[in-house]
Amino acid sequence: MEIDPFIFRLSIFILSIFIGYYVVWSVTPSLHTPLMSVTNAISSVIIVGAIIAGLAGDFGNIFDTANIFGFLAIILAAVNIFGGFLVTQRMLAMYRKKKKDK
Amino acid sequence: MSANLLAVFYLISGVLFILALRGLSSPETSRQGNLFGIIGMAIAIGVTFLSVGNFSTGFLYVLGFLLIGGSAGAFIAYKIPMTAMPELVAGFHSLVGLAAVFVAISAFLNPEVFNLGSPGNIKIASLIEMSFGAAIGAITFTGSIIAFLKLRGIMSGSPITFLGQHFLNLALGLILLGLIFYLCKTQVDTWFWTIIVISFLVGVLLIIPIGGADMPVVISMLNSYSGWAAAGIGFTLENTALIITGALVGSSGAILSYIMCKGMNRSFFNVILGGFGGTDKSSSSKSKEQKPVKNGNADDAAFLMKNAASVIIVPGYGMAVAQAQHALREMVDSLKKNGVKVTYAIHPVAGRMPGHMNVLLAEANVPYDEVFELEEINNDFANCDVAYVIGANDVTNPVAKTDPQSPIYGMPILDVEKSKSVLFVKRSLSPGYAGIDNDLFYRDNTLMLFADAKKMTEDIIKNL
Repeated sequence: MEIDPFIFRLSIFILSIFIGYYVVWSVTPSLHTPLMSVTNAISSVIIVGAIIAGLAGDFGNIFDTANIFGFLAIILAAVNIFGGFLVTQRMLAMYRKKKKDK
Repeated sequence: MSANLLAVFYLISGVLFILALRGLSSPETSRQGNLFGIIGMAIAIGVTFLSVGNFSTGFLYVLGFLLIGGSAGAFIAYKIPMTAMPELVAGFHSLVGLAAVFVAISAFLNPEVFNLGSPGNIKIASLIEMSFGAAIGAITFTGSIIAFLKLRGIMSGSPITFLGQHFLNLALGLILLGLIFYLCKTQVDTWFWTIIVISFLVGVLLIIPIGGADMPVVISMLNSYSGWAAAGIGFTLENTALIITGALVGSSGAILSYIMCKGMNRSFFNVILGGFGGTDKSSSSKSKEQKPVKNGNADDAAFLMKNAASVIIVPGYGMAVAQAQHALREMVDSLKKNGVKVTYAIHPVAGRMPGHMNVLLAEANVPYDEVFELEEINNDFANCDVAYVIGANDVTNPVAKTDPQSPIYGMPILDVEKSKSVLFVKRSLSPGYAGIDNDLFYRDNTLMLFADAKKMTEDIIKNL
């Protein structure tokens, strides 16, 4: 009897929820806004699906309906990836410890 | 590239994403964490290109679209003011949602590319996964748009409710499940499109009854939804990176929603069902009988704070609205020169999104080790000379501890009233978001400073 690959993916999914649970509880509350912007950026890894969809087909019919939806998804996800990581970086750069106190 | 090697690379990106979140446990490690996230993303995108291996015209198009979106994103990220962060995050969530819908649509139209079967004969499991991904994505999209409009002030923040609203939402939810069932049975594409359209509608209906100040919960919840949508698509595409990320983001958003609800002592369902924080006329008219308040000016405030040994600053949403964070930091700097010890106290639900106040203070160069959370600092109010409340209201209301009838009873509050004197910067005596009067206004040790938060703070600086 063989195990359906779906079960393996489900296991990864469930275990990742637990990892997420413990990792996120350890995030300091003062960084909750960067947490939201970075989770937003990483969830845009959905772009891999968009790339596959966009590159599908032969050279001739690259503007098939399915491809076009793929292209649109690439644009949206790319806005998020660049925007999300950069705005997170901008925020994190502002968090400074007390140093030169006169 | 073999499928197995590809899967290993996706696993590596997944692990890097976990490390990105792990880095946020302290500001020290957070920048490195963000770098891990970027590397993870670069790996995922790079290996996807290699796996398709179609370096033709299509490749150039994909790269072009990637650059168009990327430069738009980078432009927004550099231009956006920190006070607009809640709307930005809501806007970004809507994009993830819509991207999930689009990917689900292309997978439905062209299932061969993803090895899901052929059009009209898609594997049942894949069909269920992509319907859920598309439905949650669509809800995230329209829900985030509404949240964005409310946060931006384009749409009124007051809740929109009507008779039978919850019944309608429930009915639509059941219809969605029914449609997914029929889609699997018949493979007719009409059902697929109907699912997406109804989900768009559900997204709108879910968010309109929720009031402006409950936005921290809404944003966190939509954050969570965008994760579950990504995970749904991850199952369809059999992609480990997407499944791991979806689960991480989903649970992250859920935890933040929980923390926000706890900060208001309300249940998640109470927030979701909405209607809270409407302009409750009855309670504001009840306080018509004028109670005496002590009215002060910038001069009095400067005098009090200059002669204090310790001052605690309590910022709230009003500080963000007035953009008073830089003026506030200047005021604190001159106080420190006078030898006053100054710290900041942040309530979990201060502002319009989790951690909103911390980001604004960081922007104004306030060192993060002077900023404390509710539990860390609440006992210090008893030993503090002056509490400077700027733009906060309900989170300081002692009624939450004393009056079981009050709508905010049981909500954890900052014990501002225990400090020797309280300076309360506010534009008028109007009740806060919860629609109830703040008892603190009428205390003997409270001095009300009626002005715009930024203007008052600047005036105080002049008098120091």
